[in-house]
Amino acid sequence: MVLPALAYLGVFYVVPFFSLFRTSLSTMGGSIYLPKLTFAWDFSNYGDAFSMYREQIFRSFGYALTATVLCLLLAFPLAYVIAFKAGRYKNLLLGLVILPFFVTFLIRTLAWKTILADDGWVVDALQWVRLLPPDGRILSTAGAVIGGLTYNWIIFMILPLYVSLEKIDVRLLEASRDLYANNRRMFGKVILPLALPGVLAGSMLVFIPSVGDFINASYLGSTQNTMIGNVIQKQFLVVKDYPAAAAMSFVLMALILAGVLMYARALGTEDLV
Amino acid sequence: MTTEAGAAIAQTLDHGGLAKPGRNIRGTFKLGDLALRVIAGLVLLFLFLPILVIVVFSFNDPAGKFNYTWQGFTWDNWADPFKYPALTNALKLSINVAAVSTAIALVLGTLVAVALVRQRFRGSQAVDTFLVLPLTSPEVVMGASLLTLFLDIGWATGYTTIVIAHIAFQISFIAMTVRARIRGFDWTLEDASLDLGSGPTRTFFKVTLPLIVPGIVAAAMLSFALSLDDFIITYFVSGSTVTYPLYVNAAVKAAVPPQINVLATAILVISLILLGVGTLYRRKREV
Repeated sequence: MVLPALAYLGVFYVVPFFSLFRTSLSTMGGSIYLPKLTFAWDFSNYGDAFSMYREQIFRSFGYALTATVLCLLLAFPLAYVIAFKAGRYKNLLLGLVILPFFVTFLIRTLAWKTILADDGWVVDALQWVRLLPPDGRILSTAGAVIGGLTYNWIIFMILPLYVSLEKIDVRLLEASRDLYANNRRMFGKVILPLALPGVLAGSMLVFIPSVGDFINASYLGSTQNTMIGNVIQKQFLVVKDYPAAAAMSFVLMALILAGVLMYARALGTEDLV
Repeated sequence: MTTEAGAAIAQTLDHGGLAKPGRNIRGTFKLGDLALRVIAGLVLLFLFLPILVIVVFSFNDPAGKFNYTWQGFTWDNWADPFKYPALTNALKLSINVAAVSTAIALVLGTLVAVALVRQRFRGSQAVDTFLVLPLTSPEVVMGASLLTLFLDIGWATGYTTIVIAHIAFQISFIAMTVRARIRGFDWTLEDASLDLGSGPTRTFFKVTLPLIVPGIVAAAMLSFALSLDDFIITYFVSGSTVTYPLYVNAAVKAAVPPQINVLATAILVISLILLGVGTLYRRKREV
């Protein structure tokens, strides 16, 4: 019963990684219209990927990390309220959280372009209260890209957090009260440790798609905000320098894997999935 | 919606999103409690702001090619939602891709899920881990690796390669969702049915299938939505074929007609209705 699916994933998930790896070690020949790849154990693509796009690599990880932290800070109060304070409105609130994600991701991001436009009311208001200089803008800045990443993936933080908070036995909280814990101690000693699996899962679910994204950077950012995803996409589909693009993809995978392993080791690997 | 979102949604609905409604803890610190609710409200507002803009701008009467600034109210866009054949065709193609890929992935994914839940076999832990992997690899890398495969074997990218790619990310998603849904079932009911003289075929259709169908329907709906919305992976393997998200992306560079907003709003409303019907149906069954 498992074989058909495993065979399918073997052919269209595992084998493609070998193709990617092979391509990353090939050299390009032929013309741009008729590219010809020759396999050559050519590791120079990796060195080039690092040296040419170090800026984008660091930027991607910086943006994704910031977005992950922002998601955690914004999602925790909402998940907490839904899990502990919502009463009979719990299902309604969960529905409301999920609802926006039935609009295509691209169109949602496009809507932010309207909201943050230079002559839009958000920029006007911020200029009026002097939070933004008169010629200041939000669109095409790092802030807009990070904001877009935060918006697009915050649901992955809210839901796992909610799940782990929902699992907490309320009697534990009552017990901590009976033992004279104040709010802060109850939060720090009981709620937070029990919510850790959700924090871990949520962080990974936000970080991984954020670090590889290229839509937010291209819709909401400028050429100063390009990320690894933009480079990979451009190399593959516009410039058609396949070996360089494949090497970049592998660098991205390896860095994500290293990051996830470090994070998982720091917080413990139970409930990883 | 991206792949991980679907998995997270399914997981949440499963972990008793619809259970234990009356569980509250009382805050002893009134002001902090209020602040918490206000912040939660603001975060919800943040989630809904773009949606509001999308719906409002479906009634906009844009001056130029781009539906980015408010010009004036009109019903015209809603009167003629299929004004742009390229947009309509792209949406039709996406629905076609979503239906075909969901159907195939549903069969493959459900078989795995049922096998994993019903018996622990040698290597089932490994199968578990392997199934999660596609959900945690970045989409750019999945798209890129599929493209190199198709280049290697010399397949022209287009409709078929899009369907192949969608099935690849849907299998894991469906397997995880269905598995989560059917984990707690009492499989001895099957033995009971066999003991009472029903054959294996009759048992499957009369006992097994009715047990797992609600889980399968939910997985199918979310998986359909995932396919309809996928941009990044599709972008790599589409060649010159244009799906709905790809049309939107191309429009950003050329012209964004308000019909994009009209169709997005319509899809939202339809999803909402389906979600509502599903919830009511479940509630009715439980009562």
